[in-house]
Amino acid sequence: MKKLRIAIIGAGITGASIARVLSRYENLEVHLIDKNPDVGWGVSKANTAIIHGGYDDDPDKYPVRARLCVRGNRLWHQWVKELEIPHVWNGALVVALKEEDFDELEKLLERGRRNGVPEMRIVEGEELFRLEPGLTKEALGALWVPIVGQIGPISAVIAIAENAVANGVKTHLETEVTGIRVERGEVKGVETNEGFIKADIVINAAGLYADEIARMVGVDYFEIHPRKGEYWIFDEGIPGPRRVLFPTPTPISKGIVVTTEISGHLMIGPNAQDLPAEEKDNLATTREGLEEVWEGAKKLWPNLPPRDKVIRTFTGLRPEPTGGDFIIKAEEVWGFINVAGIRSPGLTSAPAIAYEVVEIIRRDLGIELVEKKKWNPYRRDITHFFALPREKANEFIKRNPAYGRIVCRCNKVSEGDVLEAIERMKFLAIKTPSVDSVKFRTKATTGTCQGSFCRPRIIQILAREYGVEPWQVTLKGKGSEIGIGDVKVLLRREA
Amino acid sequence: MYDVVVIGGGPAGMAAAIKAKELGLNVLLLDENDYLGGILPQCIHPGFGIHYFREELTGPEFAHRLKERLKELRVKVKGNARVLSIENYSDLEKVVTFVSPEGIFDVRTKTIIYAAGARERHAFEIGIVGDRVAGIYTAGEAQTLMDIYGIMPGKEIVIVGSGDVGLIMARRFALEGARVKAVIELMPYPGGLARNIMILRDFNIPLYLSHKVVEVRGRGRVKRVKVVKVDENLRETGEEFWISCDTLIISAGLIPNVKLLKEVGVEIDPATGGPVVNDRLETSVPGIFVAGNALVINDLVDYVAEQGELAAEGAKEFVENEGIGTKRWIRLKRGQNVRLLAPHYLSGERDVWIYARVSKPMENVAVEFPEIGKRIRLPVVKPAEMLRIRLRKKEIARAKGAITMEVVPL
Repeated sequence: MKKLRIAIIGAGITGASIARVLSRYENLEVHLIDKNPDVGWGVSKANTAIIHGGYDDDPDKYPVRARLCVRGNRLWHQWVKELEIPHVWNGALVVALKEEDFDELEKLLERGRRNGVPEMRIVEGEELFRLEPGLTKEALGALWVPIVGQIGPISAVIAIAENAVANGVKTHLETEVTGIRVERGEVKGVETNEGFIKADIVINAAGLYADEIARMVGVDYFEIHPRKGEYWIFDEGIPGPRRVLFPTPTPISKGIVVTTEISGHLMIGPNAQDLPAEEKDNLATTREGLEEVWEGAKKLWPNLPPRDKVIRTFTGLRPEPTGGDFIIKAEEVWGFINVAGIRSPGLTSAPAIAYEVVEIIRRDLGIELVEKKKWNPYRRDITHFFALPREKANEFIKRNPAYGRIVCRCNKVSEGDVLEAIERMKFLAIKTPSVDSVKFRTKATTGTCQGSFCRPRIIQILAREYGVEPWQVTLKGKGSEIGIGDVKVLLRREA
Repeated sequence: MYDVVVIGGGPAGMAAAIKAKELGLNVLLLDENDYLGGILPQCIHPGFGIHYFREELTGPEFAHRLKERLKELRVKVKGNARVLSIENYSDLEKVVTFVSPEGIFDVRTKTIIYAAGARERHAFEIGIVGDRVAGIYTAGEAQTLMDIYGIMPGKEIVIVGSGDVGLIMARRFALEGARVKAVIELMPYPGGLARNIMILRDFNIPLYLSHKVVEVRGRGRVKRVKVVKVDENLRETGEEFWISCDTLIISAGLIPNVKLLKEVGVEIDPATGGPVVNDRLETSVPGIFVAGNALVINDLVDYVAEQGELAAEGAKEFVENEGIGTKRWIRLKRGQNVRLLAPHYLSGERDVWIYARVSKPMENVAVEFPEIGKRIRLPVVKPAEMLRIRLRKKEIARAKGAITMEVVPL
């Protein structure tokens, strides 16, 4: 059987999900391409990590978002189990602080019903505070959405990519697409800094850069501009809410969320600041933005800790498309499929987007897809020493003493965990060793001390396993090397 | 069952284990690294041991002496052993659970000396915003990279904080040929010991007092940092400038590592960040003693080792008498211009060393304990330099209630 070659541009949550779903088919050869050194390092890396309920996308204005969010939420229930993705189904409260807010809640309730989310209702008084005892006493009521959940977004991309690769997908990392070859109105492949990759179908899942990729085939009816959101994460042990807390939304944003993220840390954010299209790499946190988040979060959660309990602040960029709805369609150029403008609720929608793309390939491109006889839907999560029961931990240590050497004190990450992370990095064909790749897989460096103890040890392990000098190990890819040479390099006047 | 399990093989823990063994106790010393010494092996500069060994040593030399003594005494040491939890079965029986490459183990012990040191404050804790790039290290991390692993982090350095670690790293960078472009200090006075402030002049490094770094910019790697001037209330004045550099070193203070102690219910003093202790350095959980930077951030390793010995003496008394038998504890309270102190409770049954820090520098002062009529004149006090003051048993005995320590102008 002649295989159809598919190139997916962008290994974020959307691209990886598409790759996984397409890896099901015998007659496809799937290539997943990303300019970053690892998967999920664009928009997927920094967001609120929520599996949304599907009630707040207006089906008249944003029909695609409205439809795929609900379906995505349902699919995640299955995906988190198959792929062992850390998750919690803790539900959300959209909080009314003023009488007028109830009008908006009613609207959301109605919209939720239209979108196919029946399991919601308005709660007040005692019931509200039973659901969320720490909520501001100013709260008058809330929309209770039990089907909302949270996942580790980057853990999810890693899990999905690992499963896709296990099913035959080939990754091309640090591979930047510079052009798309089109002949007689059909795509032929993508030009990259790593050479030409032949493809019969090109799927544009390039996140913030999807407009630039689309322009490579002459599609220019939309533009992506970045919408910046900033976040605070606090030290462990600071009490956070049980549910995801939203304020009543505004037309531009779902508002500043207060939540206990999946590792148990209180997290607040994001605000929403629109940046010009050329600032797609502006990931700087700002004092104004962080201040805005603080003030916003305080309205729902008055019990914010002192400022020195922050362990991290970060910025995420959401790709805001012209028109505001997801752009998922086959374009005039045969074989070119846009999956663009995947802003919130993109994380929630990703699995549904993937099935939508299959439908487009089948229906619009008329390609018959042949299912593999043996497709493996499962992926085992990496070992986390901190999560092992004692007997299990002892078994692991007996098998490999590295599991008994704790590298990251704060989060109890063992050398065994780190070695396993490196093995999995190599499985995804990650070329440049980085501390962040280990961090996203193991949680090392994300605790109270933010890595000042364990980073040097992780650097040593990465250098050993990748066969590079320790100073060549990077924090987050080329250009972020840990050092400039050995300690005498300047005295020798070499650097 | 052990008489004492010492957690942490830095100077406090090693000194505690040595002393405990000398006192005839059955000791186990646990350390998470595969080498002993804590941070000493990375402190390759001199200035250690003047009080404790009566000669000036480097960090590795200081550690070596203690290690040799541990060997001579055949103290049982377990390296690569990370303590996962402490359980307090009763005042007379504790269980320490640790993981090592041989497996997870529980050890039973009558007492614990907790000497797990401190951690450094990092860039996020001090409110620095901007790009998240390589080239931002705490001073201790930079020291580990350079002096344990032989890595040169960068060549144009800005250092936040003029405390001892920051200043020592300024010298270290300069000696390896890097250009230290500035040391930025939030307070209107330098934070380090006088002998370390000399480094700035020796290497011609500009010091900006009453300034702070608020923002980092760069792509991949630090490119420049924004510095703003603050007024006497530490409020930003709006006067600001950028310094280009490839490395930002954060030396913004240390915080005692007390997570395991908190989990077992030990009371923490918000002023020191360490536990509340009595004059045997026993915490609020009977039989758990604490020493070194886990107790209070010290500026001299000699004091750290001294506290280790004191904790060992406490453990000995505890093991012999099934508890510290003191009937009445006298509270030692912070008065004017005393930012922190330890110990917090005095028995009056023995002489004690009080370790304290002032809030602000002053000249020509008296350290006073008004309730017992004790007064010590000092030409100068600085927050950077720990006050170490001896109170005699008979002086303490004069107290009817609490004793206050204050630092007042003369």
